[in-house]
Amino acid sequence: MVRWPLALPPLDSTSWQSPLRAFAWGVRSVASTVLTLVLFATYLGIGALAHDSHFSLGWVLTSTALVWAGPAQIILISTLGSGATVVQAAIAVTVSAIRLFPMVVSVLPMMRTPQTKRRHLVLATHFIAVTLWVECFRLFPHVPRERRIAFTHGLGSGLCAVCLVATTLGYGLAANLPPLLGAAILLLTPLAFLLSTARNCRQLSDVLALVLGLALFPLVSLLQTGVDILISGISAGTIAYGVHRWRERR
Amino acid sequence: MSDFIGDWHALLVLVVAGFLPNEVWRMLGLWFGGGVDEGSELLVWVRAVATAILAGVIAQILVLPPGSLASIPDWLRYGAVAAGFAVFMLTRRSIFAGVVGGEAVMLGGKWWLG
Repeated sequence: MVRWPLALPPLDSTSWQSPLRAFAWGVRSVASTVLTLVLFATYLGIGALAHDSHFSLGWVLTSTALVWAGPAQIILISTLGSGATVVQAAIAVTVSAIRLFPMVVSVLPMMRTPQTKRRHLVLATHFIAVTLWVECFRLFPHVPRERRIAFTHGLGSGLCAVCLVATTLGYGLAANLPPLLGAAILLLTPLAFLLSTARNCRQLSDVLALVLGLALFPLVSLLQTGVDILISGISAGTIAYGVHRWRERR
Repeated sequence: MSDFIGDWHALLVLVVAGFLPNEVWRMLGLWFGGGVDEGSELLVWVRAVATAILAGVIAQILVLPPGSLASIPDWLRYGAVAAGFAVFMLTRRSIFAGVVGGEAVMLGGKWWLG
């Protein structure tokens, strides 16, 4: 993947002495990754999806800031938009969000110092989603430990601002563009998610889960249960895990 | 305000079905994260299920397309995504190239259909 050169100052530079400057370096790091572009495309798609599913602009902007997880927002919008109840949507989103737990667990130890209190980490924890998680692993070695929380606040706010702009643009474009270009923006969502998920596959179980999940949904949706996504997701994921276990044992 | 966000009911739905389900896992990670091994079997299963749910959502958008995406014929939607994936693999997994390739096939196909 293309990486723009990293422009962070050396670890012993005086510009790390102030938390505010560390925050500013976090914001600037938004421009150092191609993932920002992927995120922009994803949120253009989310804005357009929200428009075509008849949600208001303020609602989808609030969801970008509060939910701050692209897949969850798409599940929320597409399940509610296709007539699922609030409980069905909440269950689907809850299950999809479990993957945030291991991300938080693996990244927080890198931000902690002996003086860090839990409450200092609440906002940084809120910002954790797949993009920030990947970038933390890449950038933290270049950030002094005691400035990593401030840096994460900057990086998170910067990415969130980019996504709010993209959401607004996507919403506005879907409302005003000819249908063909509107369709092109809506296609960004499945494309960007398929490819970024494929990129994040670390082991056989992940690849199988992706392939089986794609294949099972069209079949399960014929049953029209209202929780099709959950049924196909849990069965495909469990089968993928079963194959992984079976191969480990042999 | 009410035109911008919708009614309070819509906002409540957002908090209950969107915000809380995500924030719960983040905060659980913050509170209890110390003792969980990232490579544990439970997390392998969790990751597989989360991936498959996301795959289901991708399939849902393609099979039951929302809004103006429905004006694109089925075969062209599937073909465009397959082409995007092929470009992604051929460019040593460049997401950017894959997205551009998929979009080009969809726009080109629709233009060719007239």
